[in-house]
Amino acid sequence: MTDALTAGTISITGHGGDEIEAYLARPLDAAPFGGVVVIHHMPGYDAGTKEITLKFAANGYAALMPNLYYREAPGASPDDAAATARALGGVPDDRLVGDVSAAAAHLRALEGANGKVGVIGYCSGGRQSFLAACSLPLQAAVDCYGAFIINPPPPERPLKVEPILGLAKDLSCPLLGLFGAEDKYPGPEETAELAKELSALGKEHEFHTYEGAGHAFFSADRPSYRVEAANDGWQRIWDFYGRYLAS
Amino acid sequence: MCTYLTEKIEVTGSGKGSAGWFALSDATVYFDHPQHALAEHTLNIDFLNPGNGPSARVAVELTAESARALVRAIEATLAAAPPGLI
Repeated sequence: MTDALTAGTISITGHGGDEIEAYLARPLDAAPFGGVVVIHHMPGYDAGTKEITLKFAANGYAALMPNLYYREAPGASPDDAAATARALGGVPDDRLVGDVSAAAAHLRALEGANGKVGVIGYCSGGRQSFLAACSLPLQAAVDCYGAFIINPPPPERPLKVEPILGLAKDLSCPLLGLFGAEDKYPGPEETAELAKELSALGKEHEFHTYEGAGHAFFSADRPSYRVEAANDGWQRIWDFYGRYLAS
Repeated sequence: MCTYLTEKIEVTGSGKGSAGWFALSDATVYFDHPQHALAEHTLNIDFLNPGNGPSARVAVELTAESARALVRAIEATLAAAPPGLI
């Protein structure tokens, strides 16, 4: 083990044949390795999510984070792109699935890939991780505080997404859910309902809800960061991906 | 989740962004998680010209207390302007 890795922005062919940018981080140590598609939060393709992508590479996975807002704001700074995407109501579900599918295919085609690909998403990306895992053949999925799987957004919000609990029957892989007990979107009652549905369907899942944590407790550069929840959450992720993605 | 009520208005004026001054056409006001401010939620204002692309944006993120103080200051300033100027 040299701990060497490489990272940088590449171009992939996403949904609808669109060229979009994506941040790829991969280990240089001995293959084979699993892959992780990282779905960024509402604030977009930002430095914090690039650090998360790097963290996966440092832990032995090839990780790829597509810029889901690239079409609306090519070349714009992440916060400007996020403001534009926010005003447009977020990312359409079919486009998200297409972009994650393209990212997964890119990871599987890397030299040294073991063919196993997981997905992880934060905030809006949590719902999108579940959506992708219900729409694509994946080996493991992580939902970090994704709302609006069970309940719709309040009507006054500009976010144009629908509940997707009905897709749970199509979940293609085990699901790890990491949530804050003080979060309202999703609230603990929502994540409990999701767990109940997955149990009823016989879908493998593992949910953890952290006391003292709210939304976005993994975001180390924000006041919402909760070190105990984040540290334990990362350990759960390594354990989970180690079981399902490692060679 | 990160998306709350957004008020959109048309505005006339100018703003200074990363590429210098530009004409404004729109503003959005929303209470949401900030990008930069050290608060869980802030009152955010984006001054925009969408016709010039996503980067034509001047953004501020204010605590609720600061935002209310700003509203009072704006109203007081406009009220104090000499007759005939507005």
